[in-house]
Amino acid sequence: MTDTQTQDLPGGDMFTVGEPIADTKAPGGPIEQMWTTAKFDNKLVNPANRRKLSVIIVGTGLAGASAAATLGEAGYHVKSFCYQDSPRRAHSIAAQGGINAAKNYNDDGDSTYRLFYDTVKGGDYRSRETNVYRLAEVSTNIIDQCVAQGVPFARDYGGLLDNRSFGGVQVARTFYARGQTGQQLLIGAYQAMERQVAAGTVEQFTRHEMLELIVVKGKARGIIARDMVTGEIETHLADAVVLASGGYGNVFFLSTNAMGCNVTATWRAHRKGAYFGNPCYTQIHPTCIPVSGDHQSKLTLMSESLRNDGRIWVPKRREDCDKDPRDIAEEDRDYYLERIYPAFGNLVPRDIASRQAKYMCDEGRGVGPMVGDFRRGVYLDFSDALSRMTREQIDAKYGNLFDMYQRITGEDPRVVPMRIYPAVHYTMGGLWVDYDLETNIPGLYAAGEANFSDHGANRLGASSLMQCLADGYFVLPNTIRNYLASGPYEPVSEDAPEVVEARQSVESRISTLLSINGERSVDSFHKELGNIMWEYCGMERTEEGLRKAIDLIRALKDEFWRNVRVLGSADTLNQSLEKAGRVADFLELGELMCIDALHRRESCGGHFRAESQTEDGEALRHDEEFAYVAAWEFGGEGGAPVLHKEDLVYNFIELKQRSYK
Amino acid sequence: MNLTLKIWRQEGPNDSGRLVTYKVSDITDDMSFLEMLDVLNEQLTAQGEEPVAFDSDCREGICGMCGLMISGQAHGPEVTTTCQLHMRSFKDGDTITVEPWRAEAFPVVRDLVVDRSAFDRIIQSGGFISVNTGAAPEANNLPVAKPKADRAFDAATCIGCGACVAACPNASGMLFLGAKITHLSELPQGQSQRDARVVSMVNQHDHEGFGGCTNIGECSAACPKEIPLDVISTLNSDFRKAKQA
Repeated sequence: MTDTQTQDLPGGDMFTVGEPIADTKAPGGPIEQMWTTAKFDNKLVNPANRRKLSVIIVGTGLAGASAAATLGEAGYHVKSFCYQDSPRRAHSIAAQGGINAAKNYNDDGDSTYRLFYDTVKGGDYRSRETNVYRLAEVSTNIIDQCVAQGVPFARDYGGLLDNRSFGGVQVARTFYARGQTGQQLLIGAYQAMERQVAAGTVEQFTRHEMLELIVVKGKARGIIARDMVTGEIETHLADAVVLASGGYGNVFFLSTNAMGCNVTATWRAHRKGAYFGNPCYTQIHPTCIPVSGDHQSKLTLMSESLRNDGRIWVPKRREDCDKDPRDIAEEDRDYYLERIYPAFGNLVPRDIASRQAKYMCDEGRGVGPMVGDFRRGVYLDFSDALSRMTREQIDAKYGNLFDMYQRITGEDPRVVPMRIYPAVHYTMGGLWVDYDLETNIPGLYAAGEANFSDHGANRLGASSLMQCLADGYFVLPNTIRNYLASGPYEPVSEDAPEVVEARQSVESRISTLLSINGERSVDSFHKELGNIMWEYCGMERTEEGLRKAIDLIRALKDEFWRNVRVLGSADTLNQSLEKAGRVADFLELGELMCIDALHRRESCGGHFRAESQTEDGEALRHDEEFAYVAAWEFGGEGGAPVLHKEDLVYNFIELKQRSYK
Repeated sequence: MNLTLKIWRQEGPNDSGRLVTYKVSDITDDMSFLEMLDVLNEQLTAQGEEPVAFDSDCREGICGMCGLMISGQAHGPEVTTTCQLHMRSFKDGDTITVEPWRAEAFPVVRDLVVDRSAFDRIIQSGGFISVNTGAAPEANNLPVAKPKADRAFDAATCIGCGACVAACPNASGMLFLGAKITHLSELPQGQSQRDARVVSMVNQHDHEGFGGCTNIGECSAACPKEIPLDVISTLNSDFRKAKQA
């Protein structure tokens, strides 16, 4: 590529362009046959040889725990790591809604192909066809597997599994366990993994955090981890490494992610050469409980199903915003979604509902407590529904959600309209992987939310659990054996220069963090970064805003390394130290997210680029320019990142513009 | 509001530990209890004193990681997790004592953080159904009557936080154990290992140093997920049958 071409791209002064890349692992032939072909073509490992082969798996959520269980059952030696006190706490546990599978139990026209189609379309045509087809294909096996493990899915009175429809899909393909589907699926995977711990095939390391990837002769061969209780820096070597360490929504500080969710495992791998795919793709969820003050640590999702019966409005006049909503007359309320989108009304897709709520608040018509200069909330009002239905009927539908809201806000939504605001929920970007879920570093795999491949620019409801379990139970165990079949790889000594270097870099980073002894707490940096990201790289982005954000982040990063205060020592449980390392990585990731957003001058999925909209203000994609995955290579300390493009080729699905008017 | 906090500080497992008094001010009703502790920790950091270590993760009541003894009650005065306890449950001028879970089987790691890996070892001893990936039959081949499915689900909602152990005068883990036994015993998939499971899990429970159940019921009263006390009856009944078999 020439310099001219780089400069032609928006933001081309911020990065360079490298060689294009492509997935070379998906077999040819009809898409329906690919996975069968790949499973057959992948080399086998004799059961007696499996115990000589070792795999490190970082993360114990749906993808990590299911992969550990399955590889353990197969007889490989697995080392599993999580930062929590037990693998059962992984954040997959918080998923509420359900898990999709193309079982067609209702004979309503569902099929593997339809699930594949819906997922590619829902992702706004920015996911890879072959991976998504396989996801749809193995989805049915997931339900069988989980039921056999004792996952208590909802059942009808005939004793068979119950389904519902979810997120605008026209078939009922979502399996659920009340509002706790993630919990039940995770406990199933956790129990399967603990069974292997007892059997001796899986070694479990809790309260351990991966701080560095070990790459020897171009291959991933292990990790450096910190025992978070004793502070000991440990070297763990293996034949292959799997990162199933989740998403990075906490770069925004406030998100629906668990407090500990972080990017360190994937970011450390990125710095060692693994490409980061589509980092700017963030899903914003429209129905979360709004921020109530500066002390807020975390946002809580309210199920989207509330929009079926709740009407969304803000006052027409700014001066009414601090009034009791019950005193605002009907004619003084602006039911803005019903006004702008009469066909879909309050049920417009997530990205549109989110963006319009932001506009209302930016106009100064938000409601609820003043946070900074803004009121960041809109009403979700059930008074119409309450006059149409009895209190018992509405409680049967939403009672548990109303109670949860009341517990957090102290207000009863049956009496005062509920307040909602969008929040960061899920990240579709992640480490770039091929059809085998292998990154561009041989022997390094990424699964679940940690990879980028299946959701495109948007994630449909009930599809994240499906992807994580598909990767962990079915895909990875079949693809990684092709790599392991050439092992065991030459043993690596703990004294090898690459290992020593990795270990020393971790130790020096920790001692630097502890020695700065500046004025500002780690959290204050994290909050400031979060504000920058939300303001300029959130729901709506502009070139000007993103450039400003990059400058602000660079200055903040600089200040962090001069002025952060981390107390205590390295050889005990030290939560400030843990957070400091993660925030340092978030600062670097945040900059890359902004550069990625800057260069993608199109509106796509949950990412709205103000410069790219239709005449009536809707998101406008540019397939001819941007139908590719942006896979970013680390450009070295202080260097510009390198953009590798993977063209997205659609052989089976035609690209179409989305429209909801 | 202004509060006086008496917080358990313990540098490590071998330190004897002590209650230390702190004052916090400008606490608002809508803060969660953990956000109030975040405020305290920012204040301590500014003063150059090491922040109080405590566990939390999802902060939406489901991961089970948080767990504090608040003025003598597991998770505090409301029936919920510590992360979902809000400061509107307290009054200006209150003195609040904050301690870790107290149980021989849950050794203190630091300050308010305890080691609950005994629960993982109980699950390892049999808290699962043995089915390898790929070996599962078609899901709808085995119907489960709705009442049984519902009871299994109610038991399966245990989040493993350990409040039951902390609330029990005997530090018994029988509610946790009973919940898992009941979840798996109610389902047809769980039958083939039913007897072996209960014997093995009870043995592991006792081996870990948890106490026996004397039907006081504090466990169920303190459980944020309201696991019913009758899961212990199912546990006892399964154990008796397994021993007779």
